[in-house]
Amino acid sequence: MVEPLLSTQSLVKRFGGLVATDSVSIDVLPGEIHALIGPNGAGKTTLVGQLTGNLAPDSGTIRFAGRDVTRLPTHARVALGLARSFQITSVLREFTALDNVALAVQAHAGHSFRFLADARDDTSLREPARRGLEAVGLDERANTLASALSHGEQRQLEIAMALAGNPKLLLLDEPMAGMGVEESQAMIGLLRALKSTRAMLLIEHDMDAVFALADRITVLVYGRVIASGTPEQIRANVEVRQAYLGEEIA
Amino acid sequence: MKPRTVVTGLVLLAFALLPLLTEFFDQRYLLSVGTRIVIWSIAAVSLNMILGYGGLVSFGHAAFFGIGGYAVGILAANGLHSGWLQWPVAIAASVLWAALIGALSLRTRGVYFIMITLAFAQLLYYVSAGLEAYGGDDGLNISRSRFSGLIDLRDKASFYWLCFVLLCATLWFCGRLANSRFGLVLRGARSNELRMTALGFPVFRYQLVAFTISGALGGLAGILLANEGAYVSPAMMSWVKSGDLIVVVVLGGIGALFGPLYGAIAFFALEEFLKPLLDLLHKGWGEYWQIVFGPMLVLIALYAKGGIDSLLGRRHG
Repeated sequence: MVEPLLSTQSLVKRFGGLVATDSVSIDVLPGEIHALIGPNGAGKTTLVGQLTGNLAPDSGTIRFAGRDVTRLPTHARVALGLARSFQITSVLREFTALDNVALAVQAHAGHSFRFLADARDDTSLREPARRGLEAVGLDERANTLASALSHGEQRQLEIAMALAGNPKLLLLDEPMAGMGVEESQAMIGLLRALKSTRAMLLIEHDMDAVFALADRITVLVYGRVIASGTPEQIRANVEVRQAYLGEEIA
Repeated sequence: MKPRTVVTGLVLLAFALLPLLTEFFDQRYLLSVGTRIVIWSIAAVSLNMILGYGGLVSFGHAAFFGIGGYAVGILAANGLHSGWLQWPVAIAASVLWAALIGALSLRTRGVYFIMITLAFAQLLYYVSAGLEAYGGDDGLNISRSRFSGLIDLRDKASFYWLCFVLLCATLWFCGRLANSRFGLVLRGARSNELRMTALGFPVFRYQLVAFTISGALGGLAGILLANEGAYVSPAMMSWVKSGDLIVVVVLGGIGALFGPLYGAIAFFALEEFLKPLLDLLHKGWGEYWQIVFGPMLVLIALYAKGGIDSLLGRRHG
């Protein structure tokens, strides 16, 4: 059996009396798209927070790329190859699209304690950034301020930023959120094209996208994993249909 | 040429020639105002680095006036007059204080950061007021730093030019820094700290280094301020001075390279001219010049967010 790229062991996170993450064990294999679904309040965001290092679990372990990363700060996890996009679009609004990606490249180009040379003249940052924008189809918008990009373009920009460090795993927190049908289709196409190159953990509400992309699906309800398997298995699972899918694909 | 370039060039030229101009027009008093504007500009440029580029509102920047000043003053009072000793010691003390205060206060944000930097500066203020051996509340008259034959700081024009050269060096450094890798990390964190962390930047480290560089430059301003008046006192680092420094930065244009210089010019000009102007209207009103100054600041904060700098047209980069 292949060693998983990312795995959690009995992860628990409580907020007062609420158990937001209830003994969750999931894994993501190299090269697969693993989708995490669940109704609102299922604890998806809390789980993501623990994976990225923004929240500390109360118990359990997180392993990534062969290491225990449970207590590692966010930037150290990123350095190991864990990149994320945000549920609510999170770009540097006062910077151009190209600056955004160039900063993402810079984050992986050693330390940034360089005080005098103009970073915007640095081809070792600008060239990879330009290619990154090309890869998500934003090359024409390179010099537009991120705040002036459309919602869909900002989502594409986020993907380009997440990809800049050539991460082993992409953690995508609702990449389709707030997108129109056309934009969603374009994003699905983009993610499918990226699939061959890296593993992804996809948190998503859009069931069309999930079933179009995922190799495996895990269903989270009230902080607990109630089912995990291939899209066919999930579709056939009675408990899942009752708890969740019933409303979406009856 | 763009109007911005022209105005900046003319202002710098006027300041470069200020000792000659004041001599020519027989207004030597203005040279001492000019000297203080230049020194305050250095401090404001250094504050602008963390406030403007970093988005961290430090309300304790005058502490560095005090540390730089008192390092010079205390050494001088103990018979150590060499600037070659005083200045490095003063800068080192500023760096230490900045690193310590930064390491503690940068764990907080927003109002908490403002309050904690203010609290530490006030702590230093009361310590200095308690230094009975060095004048306590009344402060301390000192003799100026000596640079054995190289430059005589007692000569007003020489001292002014030294301050001006140091201001130019500070502006050059901060201008480079703003667009360097380091500067972009700092500005990126102001724009979206969560995003920068998720990209893999250990933001705290960069902010701490910025805070420390800023403190070192603030300490330099303190050294110069002590030498300007040949006097140090706790008032140098009162919270009012920290507030004035923020006012200078806001007035000039937050995050604009030359903003602090414009801000300092406007601040001192208003202080110099509002008083006599109000006194002219009614004897004794000059005392209350800040009643006019305050609302002006509110108007600038509300309607001219970019400060004086924004009057020169759009900034880029």
